[in-house]
Amino acid sequence: MSVIVNRYKCGYCGACVGVCPAGALELVETWIEVDNTCTSCGVCAKICPVGALVVIK
Amino acid sequence: MRSSYDVIIVGAGPGGSITAKTCAQAGLEVLLIEKRQEIGDPVRCAEGVGKEGLIHHIEPDSRWIAAELKGSMIFAPDGTEIKMSEEASSQKAGFNLERKIFDRVLAQQAAMAGADVMVKTRATGLLRSNGSISGIKVMYMGEVTEIKASIVIGADGVESKVGRWGGIDTSLKPVDINTCTQFLVSNIDAGEYNKFYIGEKYAPGGYLWLFPKGEHTANLGLGILGSKCGTVRPISLLHKFMETYMPQGKIIEMVVGGVPVSGPIKQTVANGLILVGDAARQSDPLTGGGIINAMDAGKIAGEVCIKAKEKGDYSVKILKEYEDRWRATIGKELSKSLMIKNLLIKVSDEQLNQLAHSLSGIDTSKMALPKVLPILFKKNPKILWELRTLFI
Ligand SMILES: Cc1cc2nc3c(=O)[nH]c(=O)nc-3n(C[C@H](O)[C@H](O)[C@H](O)COP(=O)(O)OP(=O)(O)OC[C@H]3O[C@@H](n4cnc5c(N)ncnc54)[C@H](O)[C@@H]3O)c2cc1C
Ligand code: SF4
Ligand code: SF4
Repeated sequence: MSVIVNRYKCGYCGACVGVCPAGALELVETWIEVDNTCTSCGVCAKICPVGALVVIK
Repeated sequence: MRSSYDVIIVGAGPGGSITAKTCAQAGLEVLLIEKRQEIGDPVRCAEGVGKEGLIHHIEPDSRWIAAELKGSMIFAPDGTEIKMSEEASSQKAGFNLERKIFDRVLAQQAAMAGADVMVKTRATGLLRSNGSISGIKVMYMGEVTEIKASIVIGADGVESKVGRWGGIDTSLKPVDINTCTQFLVSNIDAGEYNKFYIGEKYAPGGYLWLFPKGEHTANLGLGILGSKCGTVRPISLLHKFMETYMPQGKIIEMVVGGVPVSGPIKQTVANGLILVGDAARQSDPLTGGGIINAMDAGKIAGEVCIKAKEKGDYSVKILKEYEDRWRATIGKELSKSLMIKNLLIKVSDEQLNQLAHSLSGIDTSKMALPKVLPILFKKNPKILWELRTLFI
């Protein structure tokens, strides 16, 4: 997994899911899941309103 | 649970529920699914709507109206105030909703019209047969099943996956999303106007809002353009605003979210598939308002589903009518707003102040934005030149 979700910070809004070009993210009620199609592009971490995501390159 | 329906709607937001109600009222067999266990909660919205847009769909009810508004006020970076949209005979002001209740009432109306509703039920993929979408895969309480449908409606909001599964790439670029944080703030004087604070000073590429929800409580929120997010975050900017301007305020709820501000996308239908509301990126690129657009689009989608059922044809040939109708109405407004958004993100705070000053001595209090804009253009052609096609 190349994205670390700080689930203590995340407000489960789904904005990151909407911007992920690879479709690698999924919002399951109150948590974010990342699948192995992630390309580490960093867009999700950039737009998260609270900064709950860290992308490992 | 049944194994097949005429129409399955994914997402019980305003767009999904209106689509479901419209189809069910005509006797179609309808299933509305929502992945959350509670419809409408958590809220991802500032809850402001225009009266006129709302009453096309539902009779206003005090159970879900938190505040009725006198109008709106816009504040330039230097504090210059522009009053607009006060109620006049032609131009009604708006409401701030209680969406936790509003969204549930809409789903209830769909259910009463005959639609089946399933909550805590998440679409996880689409079924296909003969080149058409023919149903969905869902997970309910950890179990995966398949349900067939002649048409699937993707009304699954900003995080929409339905379009992508159906071959329509709806992913948003950072410049196509407004990323937001909002606090429900109490212990303040909320006033009777929706207030908008514009400029880099408050919210780069977006705005800060204060929408009253009663005498002493309001939605105080802030959205910035995704492309300007990263080094600054909406949440830190909002805390900063509160410390400076509203130190007495008490935060009693927190909301985060993203609003599509892309303007019309290229494709919103495929064989057996229609996208509605935020899933179709139909929220306004300038204001971020998307409730009424989602409901309007849901109504059109429902009507087109009814036609498709009559004809027994669920291909793009019939569903294209949805595309044509929303583009001719909602789409036109989105395109105008997109032009204004694209200009505003380039305008400096100093220029915004100039624009605000140019309205001094003009009573804009009864005018809505479409009336104010041409005045601004006339007085500031240099700053607003890019928008000339809107007026000439
Ligand atoms: C901070 C903020 C402030 C806003 N302020 C305003 C405002 O003041 N006025 C206004 O008009 N608009 C506002 N908006 C926009 C408005 O909230 C949306 O445009 C509106 O909710 C869109 O309705 P919808 O039905 O398309 O989608 P939504 O209301 O987002 O509903 C989509 C539903 O689909 C469900 N879903 C998603 N995926 C699945 C799946 N796989 N399976 C099952 N269910 C699924 C979601 O859980 C959700 O309930 C704001 C948005 C934000 C983020
Ligand atoms: S954008 Fe941030 S807060 Fe929203 S769901 Fe993604 S990680 Fe959570
Ligand atoms: S880093 Fe890029 S590809 Fe990976 S989850 Fe985030 S947005 Fe998607």
